[in-house]
Amino acid sequence: MKRAHLWGILWLSLAGALAGAMGCGGGSSSSTTTGGGGGNGGGGGGATANVQSIVVNTGPAAGPPTNAPYIDGAFTSVTVCVPGSTTNCQTIGGILVDTGSSGLRVLSSALTIALPQQTVGGAPIVECLPFVDGFTWGPVQMADMTIAGEKASSMPIQVIGSASFSTIPASCSSNGPEEDDLASLGVNGILGVGSFAQDCGEGCVVSGAANAGFYYACPATGCVVTTEALASQVVNPVVLFATDNNGVILEFPAVTGAEASDTGSMIFGIGTQSNNGLGSATVYGIDPNTGNFTTTYKNVTYTDQSFLDSGSNAIYFLDKATTGFPTCTDLTFWYCPTTTQNLSATNQGTNGANGTVAFVVGNADSLTANANDGVANGLAGPNTGMFDWGLPFFFGRTVYTAIDGQNTPAGAGPYWAY
Amino acid sequence: MKSKMVRGILAMLVVPLPVCAGLGGEASSVQADQAKMQGTLRSTSADAYTVHEIQTAAGVAVKEYASSAGKVFAVTWQGPVHPDLRQLLGDYFDQYVQALQEQRAQRHGHGPVLIQQAGLVVQITGHVRSFMGRAYVAQMVPAGVKAEELR
Repeated sequence: MKRAHLWGILWLSLAGALAGAMGCGGGSSSSTTTGGGGGNGGGGGGATANVQSIVVNTGPAAGPPTNAPYIDGAFTSVTVCVPGSTTNCQTIGGILVDTGSSGLRVLSSALTIALPQQTVGGAPIVECLPFVDGFTWGPVQMADMTIAGEKASSMPIQVIGSASFSTIPASCSSNGPEEDDLASLGVNGILGVGSFAQDCGEGCVVSGAANAGFYYACPATGCVVTTEALASQVVNPVVLFATDNNGVILEFPAVTGAEASDTGSMIFGIGTQSNNGLGSATVYGIDPNTGNFTTTYKNVTYTDQSFLDSGSNAIYFLDKATTGFPTCTDLTFWYCPTTTQNLSATNQGTNGANGTVAFVVGNADSLTANANDGVANGLAGPNTGMFDWGLPFFFGRTVYTAIDGQNTPAGAGPYWAY
Repeated sequence: MKSKMVRGILAMLVVPLPVCAGLGGEASSVQADQAKMQGTLRSTSADAYTVHEIQTAAGVAVKEYASSAGKVFAVTWQGPVHPDLRQLLGDYFDQYVQALQEQRAQRHGHGPVLIQQAGLVVQITGHVRSFMGRAYVAQMVPAGVKAEELR
């Protein structure tokens, strides 16, 4: 323990020495009600208690001053309150709905109420969440969250880019680009409703070098990686609901080409109400450690290396040499075939279930030509080693994500069904 | 024990961390990477290169590919978290971060990483608890070695 502290202190000085290059985020500005794409008003959502409206559009960063329109992001709003309060509350829109992570994260610049800080031994807990394309850094604070009549009480969330914790440890910034403000994150927050109950899990409970390193204790002397019990980790809000707590359903109308927006629904619970039964959906078991299943495209099989992820903005698979599709001239991370390609792949669950998926790959230059279009079916790009079924997979489908360890009429999660 | 650690840390403070370690560095720097990542090391040689495999305590499998000229020309990783990319990408880390920031500014959205520059290729994919990545310097890849075999 002492050793860890020594490391932390020395690391901090090292981090300080290297800090020049990494501009610390930390918007101090605040707004009353967040707007942008997902500004769906109150937390109520719709007529049915467990249904929340979600919209795919250019998102909260589309306008000035950031002028960064999002493409293929699903946005909603959540209401957060100081725990136990019904008046000290704020509804925040422009929150990205992400089945590829777990837990609520909100930009400090979008948060106008002060939430209580989670601490250990008097020291604040601050989290470094590694995403595929960077990381978010900020304190773990407690909130009551309500959405579509569902409530998660005393829930740990991450407040991203807080000015109170502007020094990022080198061990965190080594994850890549910092995504701690609206310009870099592109959204006001992320609502992680993925297949895991916590964002990190057992990897953050173990001590020593084996710890995954998400959570830091940050006394005045500097931040040191700390262990974090499961119950204290940033949590998938769904598991804290009184009912409808075993998973989430995303449902979108079909989309052809590019459009300004597409409005769908997020339904809480699987088989708990008259509106969230599995019906004729096929259940695909997923690996409880990785959160992946298996996809075969032509003769390439991604064993335990494929996933459904509403937080990825396109379908990412293979490369231009294997698919034969050129990448775009400027947007080299997307495919640009001259004509729209109709393709199919086979998904296989850990339970042996398998089924064919039809999908399209369009010309990304054309699909994104109009900066006012926030939706594009056919947006796809190369990927190395994994098959990423991003948001376009969800268009025209009803997709169930069952949470690890939660019981459903089709057995315990984790699984996907569609 | 403690003084040894302090000495080590002081050495790192004097010598900037990324120099000669990781991608583009000397094959001998693999040991430094292993120490930083607190992992175990296993090395195997093929015709055109030597693969140094580091298994980190946090469950990440890292591979560093060193040419017969003794330079690390490619690195790959797979695991529940990213390895220390500043250490692993060495002098190329800042270039990677800047390239990705510029790319994301073109059109916003989250997804896997594909940086394809003349002097640096970085490919990262996955999601929280399941990541995979590959980075290489095309000019340093030995003749006849295909990127696909670097996994």
